[in-house]
Amino acid sequence: MILQVENVSKRFGGLQALQDVSFELPEGQILGLIGPNGAGKTTMFNVINGVYPPESGRVIFRGEEITGLPPYEVARRGLARAHQIVRPLNELTVRQNVMVGACYGRKGLSYAAAARVADQVLERVGLAERADQLAGSLNVAQKKRLELARALASHPYLLLLDEVLAGLNPTEVAAMLDLLRRIRDEGVTILMIEHVMQAVMNISDYVIVLDYGKKIAEGTPQEVANDPRVIEAYLGDPKLARCLLEGEESDACPPSEKGV
Amino acid sequence: MKPWRQPGFWIPLLLILVGGGVALVVRKDTLREMTFTLLMYVALASSLNILMGYTGYVNFGHIVFFGLGGYTGFYFISRHGWHLVPAALVGGLTSALLAALLGLAVLRLRGAYFALATIGINEAARAFVNNFRPFGGPTGLFVNFAIYREYGGAPQALWLTYTLLLITTLVAVAVSYTVKNSRFGLGLLAIREDEDAAMVMGVRTPRAKTIAYVISAFFPGIIGTLFFFKNGNVEPGDAFRLHMSIEVLVMIMLGGNGTILGPVLGAAAYERLRGYLLTSPLFKSLHLAFAGLALLLIVLFIPAGLVGWLRRRFPVLRRWLE
Amino acid sequence: MLAQILASLVDGILLGFVYGLAAMGLSLIWGVMRVINLSHGAIMALGMFGIYLTFTHLGLNPYLALLLLAPASLLFGFLVYGVAVHRIINAPYLSSLLATFAVNMMVIGIGTAVFTTSLYNVDFSLGTVRAGVLALPGTRLAAAAAAVLITAGLYLFLYRTRPGKAIRAVANNRAAAALMGIPPAQTLALSFGIGTLLAALAGGLITTFFPFTILSGSGYQSKSFVICVLGGLGNPLGALLGGLILGAMEGLIPIVLPVSWVPVVEFTLFVLILLIRPSGLLGART
Repeated sequence: MILQVENVSKRFGGLQALQDVSFELPEGQILGLIGPNGAGKTTMFNVINGVYPPESGRVIFRGEEITGLPPYEVARRGLARAHQIVRPLNELTVRQNVMVGACYGRKGLSYAAAARVADQVLERVGLAERADQLAGSLNVAQKKRLELARALASHPYLLLLDEVLAGLNPTEVAAMLDLLRRIRDEGVTILMIEHVMQAVMNISDYVIVLDYGKKIAEGTPQEVANDPRVIEAYLGDPKLARCLLEGEESDACPPSEKGV
Repeated sequence: MKPWRQPGFWIPLLLILVGGGVALVVRKDTLREMTFTLLMYVALASSLNILMGYTGYVNFGHIVFFGLGGYTGFYFISRHGWHLVPAALVGGLTSALLAALLGLAVLRLRGAYFALATIGINEAARAFVNNFRPFGGPTGLFVNFAIYREYGGAPQALWLTYTLLLITTLVAVAVSYTVKNSRFGLGLLAIREDEDAAMVMGVRTPRAKTIAYVISAFFPGIIGTLFFFKNGNVEPGDAFRLHMSIEVLVMIMLGGNGTILGPVLGAAAYERLRGYLLTSPLFKSLHLAFAGLALLLIVLFIPAGLVGWLRRRFPVLRRWLE
Repeated sequence: MLAQILASLVDGILLGFVYGLAAMGLSLIWGVMRVINLSHGAIMALGMFGIYLTFTHLGLNPYLALLLLAPASLLFGFLVYGVAVHRIINAPYLSSLLATFAVNMMVIGIGTAVFTTSLYNVDFSLGTVRAGVLALPGTRLAAAAAAVLITAGLYLFLYRTRPGKAIRAVANNRAAAALMGIPPAQTLALSFGIGTLLAALAGGLITTFFPFTILSGSGYQSKSFVICVLGGLGNPLGALLGGLILGAMEGLIPIVLPVSWVPVVEFTLFVLILLIRPSGLLGART
């Protein structure tokens, strides 16, 4: 198990954001973390990578307890994260952005080595020709790829991806999924939060469903899609529930999710 | 990435060497005095830039390190008869040590709160020295004229001080280049752009910020010792002028925050402008008002400063204007 | 001994009302627009010279002159906001620090050219009021009373009038207030104007009992920072209380320590509070 989350709870004032959540993530898989808005998915990420300490529970990464460690210590142990709201370092070049990931990631590369790694990674995510541009000048889709490139350059064991598909068009989604599969096949484990449901069902080896801060289901995509509790959680959006059940060819699916 | 192969590295150094070397060749006292002030501000601005330009933490108390380091160095010269060189080094190290202690506490504050705390530190330090007996209290310290004998007379002592300042300035600028183009500096720039994102990417932000603060504080400690030695005395009012911290800040903004050449050009331009305003009968009494107007225009219309603006406007120049 | 302590304490607290009034201006501007106004001290100095000029040249009673100073300083605040602050209100905070400092330099520069840096005073007295062991200068009592009145006026304005409520809304959430149809630029300009007005009036009150120079403002500005942090940045009523605390400290510390240690204690406390409780001893409102 590369990551074990044990009985994690986190509260913000009167809001119980996470309640006694446990799950395990085997190495080399893609694990989808889904749930309606406000289910606590991003909070889960923040607890895993040390942005907030949990009130109770433990996070164990590669056999070592990392609960409550600051984010930079977690990052250096090989756990990288791409944010939902992209956070490029605007006044730095695209290459420098990626170099930060390489310099301060698991391998802690030297400046020169980081520059080489950055160029390789940028080539891979299709941003090579933008390397000398300021990151602030990229468009949203490019910024998403930059966010991923930064995480990849740190040579992580585990990659946390927070809605990297949101806002991309179907072609871009397909390309991104293809890239994620290849990353997994190289041995990097991926934990992803995703709202583009067809995509997550399509790519994940295993899915965990959160609702109101609690884990309500887990299993293979098929198991989860047929789980009555999951359908209930999504009842606020019955079309989506049906889309989940019937698969991507269903006419209940919103157009953006077709053909993925 | 060998720095000496990069024009962005040697252009500012060459400028300083030529500008500062003229006085050494010509050997005129008036020129030396003028260049001394100029070099002092170049070095102060370049060292403050390491904190402010790279990490984005605005420090209104840079002059605390000038004052306290300078006081310490001067204390060893005047009370214990030390030679200038070890005294200046001790001054620099004292400032660096102070920064390390302060930094661990104060750098937890972000944004305007940090800026406010540095104003408080500046005022507290001045008030403290005013009351600190070994440093002479409000009257300060001065050197006995006999001390110059060790240097072969007062003129020789002054020329030595000047040469040491020139070297310090060159080192400060070289260090600011090296830091910016290093792994460590990249972490600092990441902090400037988005501190939380930098942490998530693995930058040990508390440590990185403190180291930047320490490097930034080391140089003013040396410069303070040299400056007070040149003057022959030191008193709290001269050592902790909040105004001077802000002037140094203005110089950086003028040239370009976070660039290498910017603080050098900015300091030179500001000093020359002030010199001109002070000597011109038309502006003499209003020089402060004109300097304020210049600052306001920069802040409102070219916030990136001269070098920053040029880099943005003409990307080809980026290799040359670091 | 006890009488001496009591006398120092009352003396300090009376002064504290005026300190608090000045700090309120700084605090309001920070609370509404997140700008640390480094022209605060210069504006206080302008207030001092405003009272000086009307008193010596027009023979106007200083308290009546405050009524003239108020609209004049409000307009000056609008001007400063329009010229120096409006354009950079959303820029990084360094910009507003430097822009207001630039205003400070211009005011002090012109002020020095006109008045030089020599000492002035307003030769005005209200006699001495005796109460038991205490002998209080009338001008200090009057200044404290004026500070209380102005504070009450400010609170009525902020809580009872439309523009005042708009200021509070903008302080709370500028974007949301704009969506509700509150014009942000006017409201920000008004807040800056009121902050300027408070600083100028405080400066004016100080002239009735202390001599001053064009540079005097910077010392009072530093005190205002300390007070704001004591009372919680962005909380005007906290600023008044902070002023009283600082005034009391200035009255009492000299009894146990030489008077020159007062600023050491003040600014050390300031940094410590920032570190331990940045929302201020009394907690910020926002």
